[in-house]
Amino acid sequence: MEAATARVPAARPLESGWRRSDRLFVGLCWATGILLCLIAGSLVLYMLFRGLQYVSVDLLTTHPVSDLDQSKTGGFLDPLIGTVILAVMGTLIALPLGVGAAVWLTEYGRPAWLARSVESGIEMVAGTPSIVLAIFGLLLFSQQFLSFLSFTASGNAVFGRSFFAAGAMMSLIALPLIFGATRAALQAIPSHVREASYALGKTKAATIRRVLLPMSREGMATGTALGMGRIAGDTAIVVILLGATLRLQGVGDEPVLSTLRGTGSTLTSYVYNNSPAGEGNAPDKAYAAAFVLLMVVIALNFGIDLFTSRRARRA
Amino acid sequence: MARPASPATGPHRSDKRAELLLGALASVVLVLIAGMVVFVLAKAWPSFSHNGLAWFGSGGNVDTQLIDIFNSPANPDKYEYTFHAWPLLYATALVTLGAVIVGLTFALFAAIFIVEFAPNRLRAVLEPVVRLLAAVPSVIYGLIGILVLVPFVGNHLISQGRKESVAYVVQLSGNSLAVAVVILTVMITPIMIALIVDALRTVPRSWTEGAHALGANRWRVVWTIAVRAARPAIVGACVLATARALGEAIMLSMVSGSVGFAPNPLDGLTFFVEPVRPLAATIVDNAEGLSVKPLGQTLYAFAAVLLISSLFLSLGAWLVRQPMKRYGVRP
Repeated sequence: MEAATARVPAARPLESGWRRSDRLFVGLCWATGILLCLIAGSLVLYMLFRGLQYVSVDLLTTHPVSDLDQSKTGGFLDPLIGTVILAVMGTLIALPLGVGAAVWLTEYGRPAWLARSVESGIEMVAGTPSIVLAIFGLLLFSQQFLSFLSFTASGNAVFGRSFFAAGAMMSLIALPLIFGATRAALQAIPSHVREASYALGKTKAATIRRVLLPMSREGMATGTALGMGRIAGDTAIVVILLGATLRLQGVGDEPVLSTLRGTGSTLTSYVYNNSPAGEGNAPDKAYAAAFVLLMVVIALNFGIDLFTSRRARRA
Repeated sequence: MARPASPATGPHRSDKRAELLLGALASVVLVLIAGMVVFVLAKAWPSFSHNGLAWFGSGGNVDTQLIDIFNSPANPDKYEYTFHAWPLLYATALVTLGAVIVGLTFALFAAIFIVEFAPNRLRAVLEPVVRLLAAVPSVIYGLIGILVLVPFVGNHLISQGRKESVAYVVQLSGNSLAVAVVILTVMITPIMIALIVDALRTVPRSWTEGAHALGANRWRVVWTIAVRAARPAIVGACVLATARALGEAIMLSMVSGSVGFAPNPLDGLTFFVEPVRPLAATIVDNAEGLSVKPLGQTLYAFAAVLLISSLFLSLGAWLVRQPMKRYGVRP
């Protein structure tokens, strides 16, 4: 190695071949890199500034009230709960679907045509705009046979907007992320691990349950966190499928079921409705809720890093 | 990847059951997609069939057409369906193409910077920055757009004379094509950067080292070898970003002005500050009218157009990825 560098007179001759246009393009690279940092920095700092200006503990713990005066509209406890409910529900539905599909595709994958169409099917779901998912969900959950999941009006018309409906459609947003992360984790397991398990007389099903799934737990966790982040940040589905009522409005009497069958709002729809584009027009509240939302999303996207890197260090 | 053979004892019965169960779970997704396409197209059909190909053409004012449909008589035979979507389609195409073209240029330079030129410390900052920008919810971008950028453009960048020059056709308030394109670019560029960075990293070292050995400088090597080898992934990134931009509804409905107006490139600089109304944003704007049957059907027709275009985009992405598999470069 040293002999080689000694014989070639360093990298000098290469550097001398820089044309003016090459230098210009490298300069552009630097400019875009720095611009990227500036955009992200100013975004976060601006939200931080607005957040510290308007967020208070009261806002997080009081129910929203409908009022024309911005100072009397209460807090956003209900939207916060709504975000949590939807994120949990969406991932609860998406997790078995995504993990099941990933395991089937990597471990079985027969017949091949079905495997290929499942793969591209999930890709299509990832490419479908959430607004289309939202109004498809409205159509689906307005059907008579799904009326038990939402509110039925007097004329026997099914409302089709509820936490159930929104959660089911949100799961489709998280699904590609969970599927992708689980599949990557499964593919990273070397095949001799599987063979060792078979050599011990384990069946394929037992191998999947006892060996492969525990080994890919980290990938699943990453996918789930990313999926939750995406769900927490989606607005279109909430605006259309959750009714975007200010408070949680239950349907029926059962304590938990009534909330899930009822309507509500999330932080995203709260921000949307309180921006000048919505009806509330309370920009202070919108900034405060947006700050909380940004923190939630950042925590979901980067929190998992801390967790996995700490585990990796311990191992 | 090579799949290890089943245990020597042959397939167990629990294995069969597991395979069937998991296969069924996987197929649920296919059923859902098929259901979605069929449901949405069936619901949208009346709007298409009443207008024929004129649906895609221009004519009349889109906003008043939407209001007429909303106010159509209760008698199903007299439903109002007349609709010419051209301004909306044109706006969608303008905003999407604008953001993808600007975003691609940025993403290419930024990805090359991250892979090749950034000092280690800056690279350690840039990678989380890209992830952060991709993760920020669209409603936050929309909020900043409507509360910061739109007033700035409306008050400082558009002169009074410019506002008066087009006052008889459209009001210039700052809700504009330019703001929409700028914010959409910020939203979709990180996705492209992440994909292009991944692709540039999978380019075999021997290729770039060979070019270095021939005396090419670092920029030439990246540009002529790495970027060229990653071309399929770059196209794939564009396709994904286009799908994202096409379907963006909330942010666009906040900053684009929601006026069914087709900006005219002949207006010069005014063109960039004219308001637009993309398809997806129109669905959100009219969300409360979904229960009015003819308006609902018209909005489902928008969704059908978006759905079909995103299906074609997925197909395009798949086609683009085929040649890449041949060279063993994974996306």
